[in-house]
Amino acid sequence: MASHAIEVKNLYKIFGPRGRDFVDQVKTGLGKTELNEKHGHVLGLQDINISMPAGGVMVVMGLSGSGKSTLIRHINRLIDPTAGEVLYDGVDVCKMSENDLREFRRHKTAMVFQKFALLPHRTIIENTVYGLEIQGVPEAESRKRAQGWIERVGLKGFENHYPNQLSGGMQQRVGLARALTNDADILLMDEAYSALDPLIRVDMQTVLLDLQKELKKTVVFITHDLDEALRLGDKIAILRDGKVIQQGTGQDIVLKPADEYITAFVKEVNRGRVINVETIMKPLSGNPEGVPVTIGTVLESAARMMTVANQNVAHVVDANGKPVGSIDLGTIISAMVTPISHQLQAA
Amino acid sequence: MASVCSFLPDLLCKFPAIDDTTIRMIRKSVDEGFKALVRTYTNAIDVLVQPLQVFLNFLENLFVSSPWIVILAAMVAIVYYGSRDMRITIGTIVSMLLIGLVGLWNDTMVTLAMVTVCTLIAILVGIPIGILMARSERAQSVINPILDVMQTMPSFVYLIPVVMIFGIGKVPGLIAVVIYAVPPMIRLTNLGIRLVDKEVLEAADAFGSSQWQRLKNVQIPLALPTIMAGINQTIMMSLAMVVVASMVGVGGLGLQRAAGDQQPVLHRRLLQRFRARGDRHHF
Repeated sequence: MASHAIEVKNLYKIFGPRGRDFVDQVKTGLGKTELNEKHGHVLGLQDINISMPAGGVMVVMGLSGSGKSTLIRHINRLIDPTAGEVLYDGVDVCKMSENDLREFRRHKTAMVFQKFALLPHRTIIENTVYGLEIQGVPEAESRKRAQGWIERVGLKGFENHYPNQLSGGMQQRVGLARALTNDADILLMDEAYSALDPLIRVDMQTVLLDLQKELKKTVVFITHDLDEALRLGDKIAILRDGKVIQQGTGQDIVLKPADEYITAFVKEVNRGRVINVETIMKPLSGNPEGVPVTIGTVLESAARMMTVANQNVAHVVDANGKPVGSIDLGTIISAMVTPISHQLQAA
Repeated sequence: MASVCSFLPDLLCKFPAIDDTTIRMIRKSVDEGFKALVRTYTNAIDVLVQPLQVFLNFLENLFVSSPWIVILAAMVAIVYYGSRDMRITIGTIVSMLLIGLVGLWNDTMVTLAMVTVCTLIAILVGIPIGILMARSERAQSVINPILDVMQTMPSFVYLIPVVMIFGIGKVPGLIAVVIYAVPPMIRLTNLGIRLVDKEVLEAADAFGSSQWQRLKNVQIPLALPTIMAGINQTIMMSLAMVVVASMVGVGGLGLQRAAGDQQPVLHRRLLQRFRARGDRHHF
């Protein structure tokens, strides 16, 4: 089952009884504050255009109130848009009939929630089968599938516990197992890890990355944490006041922040874990020297390999082992340090 | 007051009520219209309430004719299963035995049958209405004032029209009791469903639940503690109202109680009060 990309086109959301009436005015420059003061309507999303990669992790990042949770709810239409389209496999989710939408939600999407949203009166296994149960999959079959996912997320032995007997991290594993059991192409994760302790959060990110390597679902991940965004995202969109202010790969955002707001954000980022060796390598001159480093390796790992080998230079090789460039420790270190220009801009 | 009135036109001082003759005419036409209505539909009404009558009689016969030891055993089993508490169970046994000893066992069984039927009807009527109210703001805004009226109006006031429609007997009593006991059932069902965690509901929607699946899997189970509180209130109120309903021909303890009112013999009334308490424990 191949995953498809999700295309969000010209999406607007204005909260309030007459939201539709104000779309044109917003298009011609009516601001969020003005709309609220003059008309009592809240601008949720404004002209969102994002193409979410098929089989990849799309991270939507923003602070609270930026509209990121509103955006993810448009993908399975828990919120109806005021204007615009959300296309999946060529079909506009926003125009689906009630029945089509229900089928779409049942078979194509699965969602993980910030506060887990488990059913408190059901055991872990009963929670995990929920998606299959409402699809009408026979109980024996759905239990078998759910059992597999419970084991994959590391909850074997807890099948007959109730959610309130588990810690937050474990409850979110149930949330993840419940979503994965649905075997949907699209996995929507609404601040799924925001309520977890930092260590458990990193742990859960690893679980997701490991699963994603083999599942290749189209994941939409919402977060307010840039480190999390950079670690998980194949592509990142940054939202502020309902507008996308920058989208691109993690490297794009860290190296070329679109404005001061994003600069302030990326200032604290550990660049050594975001920037790849090929971004800063020099063309190969003469014979490849030092240790070989594969394309896609982040600077921190490259530096570690070089220090372990006790060498100041290395050469970059592509996936087939062919040398394509060279780097040295000095270049790596200067790339890992936040540039002075960014420091000044942020200050 | 008169001094204030001298500055004001008469119309604004003394309320311009409709005069007596007109009132009398209105009253007469309402009365007659009502009577005509009842007379026309007497047969239909009888057919409609027939199943209630049959069910009530069946339950009453069952309770009264079964050996007391069977009833007591069943009661004890239910109480123990429901409460898992030895003290409440023993309390039930003792109070039931006392009721039997003072010679009120049969009356208690009649009352018990009545309360059971009333509670069942109140649940059957109350839960769907409560669900409807929780789902629609408009339904809530219409039903809420009706419930307010039902709860503020003294029971005697609607006992009379009920008797006019259904005549004297058990069924009008039953209907009066249900009218009195159903509001908390409706209100608490509505409240319970409205208090269900929004995130959990959103999760149910996100997985593609239909309206019915959402109600059955999420709303009702999560609202159940509140709905149970509603059932508890309904039982208490049925029990209280059965006593009043005895005035329109419902048998059982209420009849004793009504008789007790006429002969104020202290020990009798005390016994009745005591028994009324004992009854509550069974639920």
